[in-house]
Amino acid sequence: MSQWTYAAVLGGCVLVTLPLEFVFGARVYRRCVRAALSVLPVAAIFVVWDLLATGAGWWWFDENRVLGVFVGPLPIEEWLFFLVVPMAALLTLEAVRRLRPDWAHPRAAQHHRRTDPEP
Amino acid sequence: MIPLGYTWAALLACAVAVTVDLVVLRTRMLCTRLFWASYAIIVVFQLLVNGVLTGTHTVSYDPRVIIGWRIAYAPVEDLGFGFALVCLTISLWEWWGGRRPAAR
Repeated sequence: MSQWTYAAVLGGCVLVTLPLEFVFGARVYRRCVRAALSVLPVAAIFVVWDLLATGAGWWWFDENRVLGVFVGPLPIEEWLFFLVVPMAALLTLEAVRRLRPDWAHPRAAQHHRRTDPEP
Repeated sequence: MIPLGYTWAALLACAVAVTVDLVVLRTRMLCTRLFWASYAIIVVFQLLVNGVLTGTHTVSYDPRVIIGWRIAYAPVEDLGFGFALVCLTISLWEWWGGRRPAAR
């Protein structure tokens, strides 16, 4: 069972954040183009970093804790990490935005909004 | 092997993420309560994920490339790595939203 360790961690991230989309109305999966345009470029940079770091021996993966599917030197779970974690972050952001819409304004602008008369 | 390589890389990544949000894309998410309230939630789960992956030795680190400070088993550098990953993604997400108001 230990080979499911990393996969279970990722699965947990997806499951825990799923209600944010469907109960809290985060609407991240439903804006999948914008989500892809945000997640993929950043993921690409971090994958390059990960490939270089793994190649240089900065860190390594226990082959008994991953499913054993490797894409290059990285287990498939490590590739998916860079999709799952940023998606979880966007879902959290949008759920908080739904609950507290006024928190989206920069602090300075929020101050002006309170003091300046409405146009 | 670069001594403290991961430490420096994590710091650099954070600096890049902050610069992208404040100067390059000018999304200024770092100036909003929305970002920090969300990050406060995200970071708890990041520590949990990093802690499980490190604590179970799913991922191990060369002790020479990290400073050696650990939070819940994970090297402190993971926190910087995670912050940069999340900050850049959120900034880009906001940028696309700002460019295309109809998509909001």
